[in-house]
Amino acid sequence: MNTANNSNSFLKSGLRRVLSSRLAETLTTPHGVDRYLELFNPTWSVHEVRAEVVAVKHGTADSVTLTLRPNGNWQGFRAGQFLRLTVEINGVRRMRCYSPANSVHAADGLIELTAKAHATGFVSKHLKQGLQPGTVVTLSQADGVFALPDQRPDRVLLISGGSGITPVMSMLRTLLDEKHQGRITFLHYCNTALDMIYASELALIAAQHANVELIRCYAQPEQGGELQGFFSREQLRAAVPDYAEATAFLCGPPAMMAAVEKVWAEDGLGDRLHLERFTAAPLVIDGGSAEGEVRFARSERLAVNSGATLLDQAEAAGLRPESGCRMGICKACTCRKTHGVVRDARTGELSEAGEQDIQICVSVPVGTVTLDI
Amino acid sequence: MGIFQKLTPEQFEAIGTELDAIRNRVLADLGERDARYIRGLVKRQRQLEVAGRVMLMIPPAWPLGVAALGASKILDNMEIGHNVMHGQYDFMGDPALNSQKFDWDTSDTARNWKHTHNYEHHTYTNVLNRDHDVGYGLLRMSEDQAWEPRFLANLPLTVILHTFFQHFVAVQNLKLENYLVYKTKTGAQLREEFKPVWKKMRKQLAKDYVFFPLLAGPLAPLVFVGNVAANLTRNVWACAVIFNGHFPEDVEQFPESVIENETRGQWYVRQLLGSANFSGGKLMHIMSGNLSFQIEHHLFPDLPAHRYQEISPEVQAICRKYGLPYNTGSFLRQTLSTWKRIARLSLPGRRKPATGAAVPANDAESPRELPLAA
Repeated sequence: MNTANNSNSFLKSGLRRVLSSRLAETLTTPHGVDRYLELFNPTWSVHEVRAEVVAVKHGTADSVTLTLRPNGNWQGFRAGQFLRLTVEINGVRRMRCYSPANSVHAADGLIELTAKAHATGFVSKHLKQGLQPGTVVTLSQADGVFALPDQRPDRVLLISGGSGITPVMSMLRTLLDEKHQGRITFLHYCNTALDMIYASELALIAAQHANVELIRCYAQPEQGGELQGFFSREQLRAAVPDYAEATAFLCGPPAMMAAVEKVWAEDGLGDRLHLERFTAAPLVIDGGSAEGEVRFARSERLAVNSGATLLDQAEAAGLRPESGCRMGICKACTCRKTHGVVRDARTGELSEAGEQDIQICVSVPVGTVTLDI
Repeated sequence: MGIFQKLTPEQFEAIGTELDAIRNRVLADLGERDARYIRGLVKRQRQLEVAGRVMLMIPPAWPLGVAALGASKILDNMEIGHNVMHGQYDFMGDPALNSQKFDWDTSDTARNWKHTHNYEHHTYTNVLNRDHDVGYGLLRMSEDQAWEPRFLANLPLTVILHTFFQHFVAVQNLKLENYLVYKTKTGAQLREEFKPVWKKMRKQLAKDYVFFPLLAGPLAPLVFVGNVAANLTRNVWACAVIFNGHFPEDVEQFPESVIENETRGQWYVRQLLGSANFSGGKLMHIMSGNLSFQIEHHLFPDLPAHRYQEISPEVQAICRKYGLPYNTGSFLRQTLSTWKRIARLSLPGRRKPATGAAVPANDAESPRELPLAA
């Protein structure tokens, strides 16, 4: 999927086989080959996906679009999937999930990520203001089940809100590269016309492709969109009368997604709606009834259960386990629970008591819990 | 009179509060500067290692190769490995510099070392029977340690410990003396505990003494001897630095009773009394992993070590304020003093009770604070 470039071809050659051999591992024990390769070029790695930032653009006032050149370990993605981006801010690594917005068929092998910088968005603000071309970032492989099925649906309805536009943008661009013949409706919700990411490109696509219909819905009045206000059944029925025949893909803010999901569920169309949550519903934390203690076995530390998530409690105990989204999406914080019961803060569901892997950012201990941290 | 009798509970508490304030201030300031420092050192260490291994295969450059590889191993073990595994750089969230994931270029497993060092040695610093670093089960390092005939060999055994330091540290967790001398451990137990150690040891031995020599073809013996020399350099230096940090003659050892109901303030004072610094330039500090600031390290084991020099004047001011000793001197002075102690303790003889670091019974109501086992 990615064409070779300088650093990729280096690692794709026979040298790559030598570097990932047992002998190379033996000679570089205990640090591993990667720790020596990065001496020569920070993107060289046998195991990790690293990428160089080649361009930083600002499509709208509060968004930033990054173009990344991944090394040869990047295995590509399916349109709609996300990846975990790790950047370093003031010496501290931060991980966030972003969906590539480019077509999976992009010939240059580059990855395009767009982030909206919220007032409280620590990482997105840094991406927008502090990231310079030339910076090397770490990526995960693509992940997530939200993606265009391999058997492309004929009638496609893409619904997005705000920065949730990125995965469906990738779907649209991918379908266009594949000369998709079926009808595609691109229904996008945002606050004002100026806030809309990819506005001019989408207008151009709609103008050039008879099978693509662009419906822009702005929350503010007099923005010149096709619709105004918020998602509703009536509005949907008027704008996309055949929505029941379409395979729908949805990504946006929680309130909007809930409204869309409700309509599809009421119509019994739940299996035709694919969705991606960028932000999770708020976690329910009840510190009042906390009992027992949290045992961090590997670090040999003990804390009185405060009722907070295990990630928060680990950090309060001075530990710094790996973490990412802190809302149960990215799985970066997954670790082994060796004993005890935890409650999923999103659903209230209780876990089994035995040994299992849990996401500590959304797990609240119920009584004494032992973790392998 | 020991210093413990002179200080009031309020003074202990005040010392704890003042030292905590230094720690919190540095913690709040961690960031880019620390990240750049440790990454710079890692880069330098890897450069020295690669250069050293290459030069060992080029006869005229062989002595330089030994020096470069020795320096690389010293940096890897001390300023990088020791400090990273204390969790000093965990705040960065970089898996390559994380205390739970890092492993070092020495025979000891990271896991065992974190137990004997971070937990036993740093929590129970210089407490007899608790801190295994007091003699490594091999030497007599304190008057309070009962004399046995085997301690007549204190001096030659110290030389042996320096020479094979990485292997002694690797088996430290096994507490071999319990099997060999005191018979409190069975051979089966020992074999079980040795398994993970041997797994790591084997990899280290294979790398330095089989694969790199083989890579040099006909020059294999040269590379073999070069690796022996580099490991020996690191062993002797690391052992000397560690001994200077805890065993110059004025540094106190403590009986086990000291840790009963010990408060945070008293724990801090014990760390102060049980550690010693040595002076030197920038290179000396880096090559000793900043253990030239052993006192600051024992007060704040999880602060990035390159910060110790900066906070040292504040620690000294607190020592002056409360009449606490701050033991420092040249490397040579501390080394001579340490060897004098080792020689003296070869022979029987107990400390006179009046001069001991006896500890007053603690106020039963004083809260038991968990010491910082970084």
